[in-house]
Parts: sequence; structure tokens; C-alpha cells
Amino acid sequence: MANLSREMIVNICLTLGMIALPFVAHAIDEPFYITLATRVAILALAGVGLNLALGTGGLVSFGHAAFFGIGGYAAGILASHAQSYTPIMESPFLLEGTNQMLIIWLVAIIASGIAAYLIGLLSLRTSGVYFIMITLAFAQMIYYFAISWPAYGGEDGLSIYVRNAFPGVNTLDLQNFYFIAFALLMGAIWLSATLKNSRFGSALQAARQNEERLAATGIRPFNIKLTAFVISGMMTGLAGALLADLNRFVSPSMLSWHMSGEIMILVILGGVGRLYGPLAGAIIYILFEFIFGGMTDHWQFFLGLVLLGVVLFARGGVIGLIAGKARHD
Amino acid sequence: MTSPILEVRNLKKSFGALKATDDVSITLNDGEIHALIGPNGAGKSTLIKQICGGLASDSGSVIFDGRDLVGLDVADRAKLGLGRSFQISSVIMEFSALRNVMLAVQAHAGSSFRFFGNVRNDKALVAKATNILERVELLDRAHLSAAELSHGERRQLEIALALALEPKAFLLDEPMAGMGPEGSKRLVGFLDELRKEAPILLIEHDMDAVFALADRISVLVYGRVVATGNVEEIRSNLAVREAYLGETA
Repeated sequence: MANLSREMIVNICLTLGMIALPFVAHAIDEPFYITLATRVAILALAGVGLNLALGTGGLVSFGHAAFFGIGGYAAGILASHAQSYTPIMESPFLLEGTNQMLIIWLVAIIASGIAAYLIGLLSLRTSGVYFIMITLAFAQMIYYFAISWPAYGGEDGLSIYVRNAFPGVNTLDLQNFYFIAFALLMGAIWLSATLKNSRFGSALQAARQNEERLAATGIRPFNIKLTAFVISGMMTGLAGALLADLNRFVSPSMLSWHMSGEIMILVILGGVGRLYGPLAGAIIYILFEFIFGGMTDHWQFFLGLVLLGVVLFARGGVIGLIAGKARHD
Repeated sequence: MTSPILEVRNLKKSFGALKATDDVSITLNDGEIHALIGPNGAGKSTLIKQICGGLASDSGSVIFDGRDLVGLDVADRAKLGLGRSFQISSVIMEFSALRNVMLAVQAHAGSSFRFFGNVRNDKALVAKATNILERVELLDRAHLSAAELSHGERRQLEIALALALEPKAFLLDEPMAGMGPEGSKRLVGFLDELRKEAPILLIEHDMDAVFALADRISVLVYGRVVATGNVEEIRSNLAVREAYLGETA
């Protein structure tokens, strides 16, 4: 560990900053900052998911809101049934709701994974702009389905009155919930790094760069990309479940294309393919929303300017700007 | 006589009115180098794509290792033992030469769904890939990214990638393309050795190399095989001279 790369130092600083933040917020008596930081961690987690598909695999998905929203609704539906003591279904077998985060997360991950598998199965037969459009189309289908499904609030969404429970932790405490979200984010970043360095990751990066060559070595690019897309969707789905718990509210807006755009924007801001890019991007995104959102409703204008700057002058995003070009070997 | 490892039977492919592959039948026997020559646009690359599975044939069949390849895609055929190199170097540009070969070694081992364990510390992959780079004389460039390699070195890497698959037959699409005379000469020596491992279907424009290496030569013109024979036969074949060597009798 003698030679830390600049990117590694940036990553460590970001991690330490995120750990320190809630304590600072507590010390200066601004608990709202902890909520902001929790939003950062959750959006970053969604971004880490997208980054696996987009950055490592080159799959420009404009439909990740589908997985984000499905994760959110998994949490909302399970929790609402637990609150009203009504089972989700009685036949062919009894299925009860739950307020246990661990179970909710598992359901969110599985549900968004299945959705990603089905969407990927069809979308990954296309590439380029068609892939962008078809992923968008699938997400919009789910969005309109949610709007027109009255059982779970339809357009009005679904409220979770009490935050779901985690064994041994009081989740209503802002700091506790923040560290749950942050720990999951760190876990996802670790998993991304591990996957990228694995044999699977080699094949995935090759699929991004040269599918023809990958196929000629005997690895079918489709299978590799589909697997990555599913894992990516699962991570984003988990983030959705957390956001539902943070807001104690789920609505179709989580499924809308704005959400897909938001996740993609923060990945691009932070640096596509960079391990900590989504975190850096989420910090900038939330800061802009907080600072400029307080001045004007049109705060996204300023975000747009920054995004334009990044796309034109800093293709590696903020991480690339600070740490230099990504190293490959 | 044993049956050929690769047998192309009455293969056809048309693009509209253009017959790119017009009833082509060729074979590749164990231990031989079978060169495929022909002027530009003769349909050599189309034929290679049909054999490798990148392009569906209109009719005819490709029999490889006793098996009809119909319905199999590029990856399937590579796994069965068709090792190909591309006319225009097709490597993973951001990967080092070593990582490129490691990917091919991993593909051959059939282990691309391992999600844990850093490939950089994967001794089996590194050792095998290092060995192959040494064979193609690229070991001193192992840690340069493919993008940093010279054109000739990338050609060597192409061969290394095919080699890593331990194929039952090589399909080399103009391996000499763009190589200097020195590089070509070394590659001729290398391919001469390589045929002991697996037979080679060699597409090549460098006639000196073809005449030095080939056991048999097939001449492709307008999608048709106009002649097949050994070096002497092809040299003296009138039709070949007219169509390809640019001489009028």
C-alpha cells in the first residue's frame, strides 16, 4: 500500500467525510444535514448500481428508475400491509406484509432483479440509441402501470407511517438510519470493485470495448451483459427501498424518466466508470438542490450548466478532474 | 485418409444480386496450411465470417471436427475450437497485452462467471498468458495497453489471442497485413511451426509468404473457387494468372 493513487486518496477522503458528516451535523445542531447526507448515500447507491451497467459494461440504461421504483414499491407494499395487518394474499398461500428491513431489502433486490432480467432479456438484443430508448420505454410502462393501480395509491402514492425496523437498531434515529444507508453504499462499492477485478469483470469490460473480439474468444457477450444488468438493477432496487424508508412515502415519481435521468446525471457528474463517481456525483447533486433549490425553482438550470461543463471539458467527471485519467492495465 | 478437420460444402451467400460466396467447397486437413488467395472483393472475408458464424449462409454447410456448425454462433464455434484472427486488429484496447491474452485463456477455461478473486493475482491465468506472449515474442510489451502497441505488435497480439484458445484449427485473416518485411519473415517462421499444433486456413495477400508456407492454395475470384492445388499447380495455372496475378497469357 506504499503507492496510493490519487484516485484512491480522493476515495478515502470522500469516505471519511461521509463518516464525519453526521457527527458534525449533530455538533452544530443541524439534524437536517443528516437527512441530506442520507439522501446522498441512497442516490449514490442507485448510481453505483447504474455505474456497473453504464461505466463498466457500457450499457447506457435510461430506465433504471424502473428498478429504483420497484425497490421502493416493494418496501411500500410490504410495510403498508404490515401496518394494516392485512395479508398481501391469502391463496394459494398466505403472504403477510412485514416491517423488517432485512426482509424488505431481500424482496426489493429479488423483485428488481427479476425486472432487470426480463427487461435486459429484450433490451440487450439492441445497442446504442435503441438500447437507451427501449430501456426508457420499459420504465415508462411500469410508471404508467403504477399510476393506474389503485390498490397501492395510484397517482397519490403510498405512505409508510412508521419507518421499518432493523434488528437491534432504532431506525427512527436519523444518525442510525444514515449509517445503515451508508454501510449499504460501501458494501455496493466494494462489490462493484470486486466484480470489476474478477474474471466476470474482465469479460464485462471487454464486452464494452470490443464485443466482436469477446465472442471470438468464445464468451457470449449477451450473457455477460445480462448478468451485469441484473446485478446493476438489484443495487438500484435496494436504493429504492431505502429511499422509500427515508421519505416514508412511495409514489410513481420514483419510476418516472426524470428519476432515470437523475441517476444517470449524478453518475456522469461524478465520473462514469469511476468507483466513487456516483458518490461524488450525488454529493454535488444534493448540494445544488439544497443551495440553489433554496433560491429558485429553476435550480436545475445551474445543474445543467455544470453537466454541460463536465461533458465538454471533463469526461472523467469530478473524480477524473481531481484524480486524472483512469488507469488501465 | 482421415476426414478433414474443417470442411466447407457448397457454401453460398448473396447480398442482393452480388454473389459474395458462390458455391464454395474447401477442406482443411490436419497438419496443413491451406492458403486462400484472391483479389480484393473476391469474398475471402465473407467466407471467413460464414465459417466463424458472424454471418449466416444462404445455403451449404460448414462441418468442423465432425460436426455441422449450423445454428451455432461465433462464441459457440470459438469454444468448439475455431481460433480466428481478424484482418484489422481487433483487441481490447484499454487492456494490457497480458490482460488481453488472459481474457482469452479465461474464455478457453470456460470460467467467466467467477465474480470474486482479482484476476491480477490469478496465477493460472497470468502464467499461461505470459507463456503465450513469450511464444509470440511480445513478452517485453506485456504491460503496455493494446492501444500503445505498434501496428505490428497488435498483429502479434491477434495471433496470441487465437493461440490462447488452443484451437483445433486456425483461421488467420491476413496476419501479415501491414507488417514490415522483417516482421513478415519472422511470422512465416512462426506459422510454419504453428501448423504442427493445428492446421491453418490462411488468408493472405503476401504471395511470398503464401508460396513459402502453403501446402495447398485455393484461389477465390468473384466468390468462386477457380482453382485449388499445390504451389506449383497454382503458379502455372492459367486462370489464376489471368484473374489474380495480373498477367495476360
